Amino acid sequence: MKGLKQRIDRIKPQFEKGGRFEKLHSVFDGFYTFLFTPNETSASGVHIHDSNDSKRTMITVVIALLPCCLFGMWNIGFEHYRAIGELDRSFIEMFIYGLFAVLPQILTAYIVGLGIEFIVAQMRGHEIQEGFLVSGILIPMICPIDTPWWMLAIAVAFAVIFAKEVFGGTGYNFLNVALVTRAFLFFSYPSKMSGDHVFVSLGGSPAVDSYTGATPLGQLASSEPGAIITNVLGDPLSFSDIFFGFYPGSWGETSTFCILIGAAILLFTGIASWRIMGSALVGGLLMSVIANHFASDLYPVTFISPLEQICLGGFMFAIVFMATDPVTACRTNTGKYIYGFLIGAVAIVIRCYNTGYPEGAMLAVLLMNCFAPLIDYCVVNANVRRRLRRSEIKNS
Amino acid sequence: MANLITIKKGLDIPLQGMPTSETTEDISTDVFAINPDDFPGYTWKAAVKAGEDVKSGSPLLYAKECEEIKLTSPVSGKVVEIHRGERRKIEYVSVHREGEQNTSGLEKSDSLLINLFRSGLYAMMRQRPYDIVPDYNAKPRDIFVTAFDTAPLAPELLDSPNSKYLETGLKALASLTSGKVFLSLPEGSGVTSGIAEVYELKGPHPAGNVGTQIANIKPVNKGETVWTLDVTTACKIGKFVETGELDYSALVALTGPCMKTPHMVSTIIGASLRTLLKNEIKCENGEVRVISGNVLTGWRVNKEDGFLRYPYRQITAIEEGDQADEFMGWASLSPKKYSVSRTFPAFLRGLSKPFSFDARIKGGHRAMIMSGEYDKVFPFDIYPEYLIKAILAKNIEKMEERGIYEVAPEDFALPEFVDTSKLELQKIVREGLDYIRKETM
Repeated sequence: MKGLKQRIDRIKPQFEKGGRFEKLHSVFDGFYTFLFTPNETSASGVHIHDSNDSKRTMITVVIALLPCCLFGMWNIGFEHYRAIGELDRSFIEMFIYGLFAVLPQILTAYIVGLGIEFIVAQMRGHEIQEGFLVSGILIPMICPIDTPWWMLAIAVAFAVIFAKEVFGGTGYNFLNVALVTRAFLFFSYPSKMSGDHVFVSLGGSPAVDSYTGATPLGQLASSEPGAIITNVLGDPLSFSDIFFGFYPGSWGETSTFCILIGAAILLFTGIASWRIMGSALVGGLLMSVIANHFASDLYPVTFISPLEQICLGGFMFAIVFMATDPVTACRTNTGKYIYGFLIGAVAIVIRCYNTGYPEGAMLAVLLMNCFAPLIDYCVVNANVRRRLRRSEIKNS
Repeated sequence: MANLITIKKGLDIPLQGMPTSETTEDISTDVFAINPDDFPGYTWKAAVKAGEDVKSGSPLLYAKECEEIKLTSPVSGKVVEIHRGERRKIEYVSVHREGEQNTSGLEKSDSLLINLFRSGLYAMMRQRPYDIVPDYNAKPRDIFVTAFDTAPLAPELLDSPNSKYLETGLKALASLTSGKVFLSLPEGSGVTSGIAEVYELKGPHPAGNVGTQIANIKPVNKGETVWTLDVTTACKIGKFVETGELDYSALVALTGPCMKTPHMVSTIIGASLRTLLKNEIKCENGEVRVISGNVLTGWRVNKEDGFLRYPYRQITAIEEGDQADEFMGWASLSPKKYSVSRTFPAFLRGLSKPFSFDARIKGGHRAMIMSGEYDKVFPFDIYPEYLIKAILAKNIEKMEERGIYEVAPEDFALPEFVDTSKLELQKIVREGLDYIRKETM
């Protein structure tokens, strides 16, 4: 590696101030620090540091997302071949089909998002920040597979600029960038974001007769009470199908099993907050039990069991990967319990009682993103009042 | 029976180079220096000129704000140099040891406080708020004495021959406050006192930091002042009161992965490192960073022309590491990279086994991204992230509300170590304390 380093060091001056490629300084610096860990040593304060940095943190989150991502790719192929009646295809063929279906989305998200990050970093004279490494993979995973790439490009650009960069970049945004992208798509192009035709990639082939492309929650929202949820062929879904994710939906979100692997990685490495995940799960289960107990014909989704509520749709994905985004979540430990619990509860409320939206988990996280600073404010203020009271007792 | 306090939040960083109890005598050092930067809160003026003869205990520097408060010479001899840096600021005053060492240059008074001022022992204490040499106008609510240091590789403080003067020292301190004297000990030390209220603390670093002890015994409120000192200084005050002698000895731990044989050395405060560290440093790959103090709060010093600095008890040597050129370090699977998070496989070999650290910050500076990292190693009833944000925003009201009067930079050393955003927290807190002191005076 010495040779490579020397070669890069030789061209480095051209990217410094006054050099020929001065305008590409941030990009160069981004790649340089990606290849070689900076040799900067501590100038003040502590002389030694923990090895963990934001690059490692973000990469760990991406690794935690991989099981969902790989399963999602396979499931796209699986649902595709099932819908067109060619179930004899091999595992590899199904995976390859899914891979090529999602690759344009992933590339679009990264190129647009990182492009904006690079430009803004150069304008501000900052280092490139890693936040979008995670957002870039999250965004396609929470979108329907048939989302056109240009819609995705517009939505990503909107989210990165107006939800993140205008506030100062990674660490300063108050809304989760991936969710803003999803919300932008959802409200701008509703016909492409929900319904029966966007969650299974047919790829132009004709579907079999019994085909239905609706997601389980979509089916429930528009059905009679007590209806049975089915897969794309109209066969009933078993609980294990639901748990392992063999049904159509936003492609990264369907497998609770893979999400749990991701959750285990995040919790074990200490990157995500168990307080948020745990309390969101409790909130969701509790609200599902209440909804199920008072199930009403007006709201067909209330009839499904609490366990299915948790495993269906984007609920698990939202509480594991979205709610735990440290920048937009509550920062105090007490606040995290409240924040998580409300996300879980609100997600199920939206899902059950707002028949316009079959899924509410992502909206619940966005809503609570807005309230997170208020919750923290109250928690910190309790500490402030405690301190004031202590000094009043002393001085009285 | 002492009161026991258990500290749960914190971290013992497993740094290589634990000193053995073997103690050598440093006889070769003959230049000693006092560094006014070690004594923040006052503006120090030179009381001597280069070439002048001084006795041990005679003043080298005095405080502009109160001329009775002095920093004194640890040895008798000749002033070598008043070393000035930028804008003629005094960096250190060095003295060459010569001739008879038994006479004292201290002008004694009947008042204990004046004697402490003149002897330099007063400057060895600190006050909260602001973490400065105590303000001579403020009466201390209480005085806190810590008898142990839990920082990485820090030496024992209690087993010095001066320990027998502790009770006298505590008695002298008690006469300076209308409140109490609190003595904090490591768990199971069994020391008792008829004067001080004794607490024993159990748990990881920062249990030995006096800030942690204050926060868990009797926190500082706005408008109050407490004095803090370590047991070494308390014993020296005791010895001075009992025998009239000023003691400038220092028992120093030579520690760290780049020390040939980590051990204890007995010397005098402000000793020149050129002689003190002769043949002690091993240099395997590249530069060595020598730190006077521990790796969390110490001063970076030059091993050729540096001096032992306050609190005069430890020197740590680590690799600088600036030639490492590590390829894709963020993807590393090396078990040698220590991290409290389990993002590196080091946890497989056990995080309590000694690690070799170098001085690299191992990442880029970012905005505050992760939450709750500081809280895990910060045993105060304070929200550290919110206090830091108030300091960065220079919002005095919020700083006060969120507890700035209770903290010192050293309390933020562990949060700074674990921070993935690599923020310079101790520097931020120091600047915040200086700012609020200036604005509210």
